[in-house]
Amino acid sequence: MSAPIYLDNNATTRCAPEAVAAMLPFFTEQFGNPSSMHSFGAKVGHAVKAARASLQGLLGAEQDSEIIYTAGGTEADNTAILSALKAYPERKEIITTSVEHHAVLHLCGQLEKEGYTIHRLKVDGKGRLDLAEYRAVLSSKVAVVSVMWANNETGTYFPVVKMAEMARAADVLFHTDAVQAVGKIPLDLRHSAIDMLSLSGHKLHGPKGIGALYLRRGARFRPLLRGGGQERGRRAGTENVPAIIGLGVAAQLAIEHMTEENSRVRALRDRLQAGILAAVPNAFATGDLDNRLPNTLNIAFEYVEGEAILMLLNKQGIAASSGSACTSGSLEPSHVMRAMGIPYTAAHGTIRFSLSRENTEAEIDRVIAAVPPIIARLRKLSPYWGEDGPVTDPEKAFAPAYA
Amino acid sequence: MWDYSDTVKEHFYNPRNAGPLAEANAVGEVGSISCGDALRLMLKVDPGSETILDASFQTFGCGSAIASSSALTEIIKGRTLDEALTVTNQDIADYLGGLPPEKMHCSVMGREALQSAIANYRGEDWKDDHAEGALVCKCFAIDSVLIEETIRANNLCSVEQVTNYTKAGGSCSSCHEGIEEILAKVMAERGESFAPGQPPARKTPGKLSTLERIRRIEDVIARARPNLLRDHGDIELVDVEGKTIYVAMKGACSGCQMEALTLGGIQQQMVEALGELVKVVPVKLAQPA
Repeated sequence: MSAPIYLDNNATTRCAPEAVAAMLPFFTEQFGNPSSMHSFGAKVGHAVKAARASLQGLLGAEQDSEIIYTAGGTEADNTAILSALKAYPERKEIITTSVEHHAVLHLCGQLEKEGYTIHRLKVDGKGRLDLAEYRAVLSSKVAVVSVMWANNETGTYFPVVKMAEMARAADVLFHTDAVQAVGKIPLDLRHSAIDMLSLSGHKLHGPKGIGALYLRRGARFRPLLRGGGQERGRRAGTENVPAIIGLGVAAQLAIEHMTEENSRVRALRDRLQAGILAAVPNAFATGDLDNRLPNTLNIAFEYVEGEAILMLLNKQGIAASSGSACTSGSLEPSHVMRAMGIPYTAAHGTIRFSLSRENTEAEIDRVIAAVPPIIARLRKLSPYWGEDGPVTDPEKAFAPAYA
Repeated sequence: MWDYSDTVKEHFYNPRNAGPLAEANAVGEVGSISCGDALRLMLKVDPGSETILDASFQTFGCGSAIASSSALTEIIKGRTLDEALTVTNQDIADYLGGLPPEKMHCSVMGREALQSAIANYRGEDWKDDHAEGALVCKCFAIDSVLIEETIRANNLCSVEQVTNYTKAGGSCSSCHEGIEEILAKVMAERGESFAPGQPPARKTPGKLSTLERIRRIEDVIARARPNLLRDHGDIELVDVEGKTIYVAMKGACSGCQMEALTLGGIQQQMVEALGELVKVVPVKLAQPA
């Protein structure tokens, strides 16, 4: 088998070799605790400061103290929302969307059980929000708005810059889960009204186990973890120094490759989309195609199931992911596809290809060649598929007794 | 990636008996498109001997759904319809060298397709009586619907009891939060609130007085009655002799197919309430003249 092809970069990325190399000394001779008063600690403290400045640069943040390191995107999301609820205890409402990452959605589900009112903004068939619906629920009863920058499944952007301004005008904190956006598109937080932003190291060729919450200076904040005075008392616990250093390098690399991500990687993604859709009937790309991350492509293959596709792709060394129920072991297909109103027969067959700067044109061409026979093979097994197309009126021709 | 057995993978990569069967005279179609599985099973049955001469399938589903369909057709070919009906979903899973707990429903779908196809051949109506909920206990593959129904049928009020009745939560215990949520919901329906900790019927060290024993037995009966009455049945305490508790099943409960299950549940509660092993035995009451 030829070399494997990794097209699942929205799940995680390979840690850049430069980041790994930079981290290694911090496991060995540079083992000091940055809080210590001696030279062991001081050197490490300086390195953390430099790494923080690098991440600050990637975000376009005004101050390096606006960055609070966390264990990852999930912790940053939880910290942001729970902080807002503690800071504004009299406000019992939260605005979010129906297509957020589970780190936000499941937390909001739990808060709902505890008595909070959750406004989940709906999306249309392309995954777009209706800002009139947002405006209608934005009030002084809302403790925080949490809206993702780019969707992890389709790559679709939400107009978070505009939405943050609307929140500020209503005197409401605005948080964005930008885990998929950071490192892929240029950010300029100092000129935005965004109060809080979550990011994750391993989505941008940094190490796992590190993330950060950007907290605009002056935004009201209550820590999730209390203890030592690390991160200016806003996130207690000894710093994950090697990972912070690795994330610093990854941020620097992301800045250097930002143009490439939005030109060469985008062109590869577009080539993949055009190649597959030209060769496979009854397939369509989901999301807002003109307004999405440069690296993400989500295709719904009708009348076949995603996990089966992934297994056959994997056999040829191609790694992608699916929004089908089976891949997660749940009963429902992806909440993002359901929210967009994608029918079940297509939602179960959604495959996400997410590229990175490490992918090549030769790889993309191999995938374009591999996909059509796999889909054809599975459709041959499908009761919804006839000789060379879907059976006439598939939903009626095959109407099983449903469990 | 799922931890599929080599047999599952082999049947997925090289499915047996896939595609339409032209001379099929029995067709079963089952599935749940919302969970992403649907299966059409086609059989060619010899009318004289009722032997399954050939079988094929078409499946919309994941790797283990396709493998389960393939295995099913291999298992039933050459069997008579009556023999085929004895095939359980566990047989399908065993044939495949096991399935992950999240995927056991694929084997259930195979068995249901078989029942549906045979009903179709015999001109009978087949109805799916198996509702499926979200998987709660991954160790024992127990879903929310089964847990909810068991709590309701037996008036359960603690995680420990749910584990005793369904096995759910009996191993790694990470699903206890989920079980507690279902308990709170069902208990709220019957006007109670869930309280963590000891179930109300504690095991009491030392011997109970006869009066206390009878009281507790009557308590268990009283708690079981509302559910039975709802199903137009009833239960009555007849006598207690040592470790045997005699009860009379009345109305719809008398002769009901579920009688053994109902009594088993009541016996379990008696054991918990009394802190000793007892037997609940049904007796027929003499009909008044």
